[in-house]
Amino acid sequence: MNDNALNQLHVEPTIHHEMKGDEGSLVTMKGFSLWYGASQALFDVEMELEKGLVTALIGPSGCGKSTLLRSYNRMNDLIDGLRVEGSIIFDGQEIFHPDVDVIGLRKRMGMVFQKPNPFPMSIAENVAYPLKVDGVRDRKLIADTVERALKSSALWDEVKDRLNQSALGLSGGQQQRLCIARAIAADPDVLLMDEPCSALDPVATAKIEELIDELSGRYTIVIVTHNMQQAARVSHNTAFMYLGRLVEYGETSAMFTVPRADRTKEYVTGRFG
Amino acid sequence: MRPHTSKNFEAELSHLKDTVLRMGGMVEAAIGKAMRALEWRDAKLARTVIEEDHAVNKYEVDIDDMCVAIMALRQPAAEDLRLLITGLKISTDLERIGDLAANMSERVLEIMNDPHSSSLNELLRMSQIAQGMLHDSLDAYVARDSEKAEAVCARDETVDELNRQIFRALLTEMKDAPSGITGYLSLMNISKQMERIADHSTNIAEMVIYLVKGKDIRHTSFGK
Repeated sequence: MNDNALNQLHVEPTIHHEMKGDEGSLVTMKGFSLWYGASQALFDVEMELEKGLVTALIGPSGCGKSTLLRSYNRMNDLIDGLRVEGSIIFDGQEIFHPDVDVIGLRKRMGMVFQKPNPFPMSIAENVAYPLKVDGVRDRKLIADTVERALKSSALWDEVKDRLNQSALGLSGGQQQRLCIARAIAADPDVLLMDEPCSALDPVATAKIEELIDELSGRYTIVIVTHNMQQAARVSHNTAFMYLGRLVEYGETSAMFTVPRADRTKEYVTGRFG
Repeated sequence: MRPHTSKNFEAELSHLKDTVLRMGGMVEAAIGKAMRALEWRDAKLARTVIEEDHAVNKYEVDIDDMCVAIMALRQPAAEDLRLLITGLKISTDLERIGDLAANMSERVLEIMNDPHSSSLNELLRMSQIAQGMLHDSLDAYVARDSEKAEAVCARDETVDELNRQIFRALLTEMKDAPSGITGYLSLMNISKQMERIADHSTNIAEMVIYLVKGKDIRHTSFGK
């Protein structure tokens, strides 16, 4: 079946459930489509990220959830032949506007990847990195930020006595929390997490999930996950994607108890995907 | 909906539905036997219903265990989750119906030697409707048929009305023949219990609507 034939099959509009919160949205995606060269990866996505809440993106491999996540901070810009249509409004501003400072945008939208990627430097230097890049020289400010970020990412107690040791000596779960601390140090509004636990054991996973819960409220969080139970546990709203379309979106409890689209029903009950 | 990727999960859900149906069949038979015992003054049959109630109770425990195990091991969602929640609730209602059938049989044993009341036919009619409600609610559960379940809920009012008629008739009989008051009280009890059975069947039907639509209609104007 070619791409066009697949697309013909799923042209139903997105089903929107009631949303979880009442804080309003921080990021609004309108009629958003994206192409990698000739192949279209996202189709006309309409989706709001509610401020201070956790939004999970779920769907089978290749459904476009990582592409969608990377659209928020324009990480996809780095790919040749990329083309987008529609808009993403973040805090009142169109992020694809030519005047937008992309580096500044990415600071306000911190990203955490599947595989922990600490820099080959000390724990403290890793966390201080965003400030160094900004040219901050104030040692006291740097030390305070490192401590605050490590406390926020629930890593402080485990590393406070070895801040100057290499970050590569930490366990996988600790490295991932360090990456979250590094993202927090840049003082972002949004944290984008692309399968942050898929390389971690269950205990490290539980710590990251607990951390996500603690960070919600202060930050607006988007998490891509293959693990549906994880989406159910950590998120307030869940978006189900399939073949580049947003099939169904709304409060997580509704998505997992009374999904309406057949595809969503089949996916959340483990019948395909 | 297509079957589960996991065949074992699929088999566990079918086994659950089969067990709920078997329990339902047993309870339905118990009501029928209790009413036949009343009609034919058959003490042996009445005692059978009382003795068989423990098997119904065992079904309740089995079904609950099954639901808990599937929830713990499979982390079901959406319609699967609702099927299990519904299974837990239905087993409770069926167990209560089993108790009511046993209780009716005890009342039947108390009036073995009394003459038949003029309300017997009404009681039998009420029983037929209540049994039909139970039967259809379980059919609706297995077929995930919310229309059939809605039809069950609609029949509850007829049973309530019959119960009121029987009460009035028995009161009149009591006034006319005060010496038979103990027997009439037993019949009133049976009538009330049959009305409760229809209520439990309605509960099951309401849960089926929840199973199919994901919408809780209990305690709304449509429910009761």
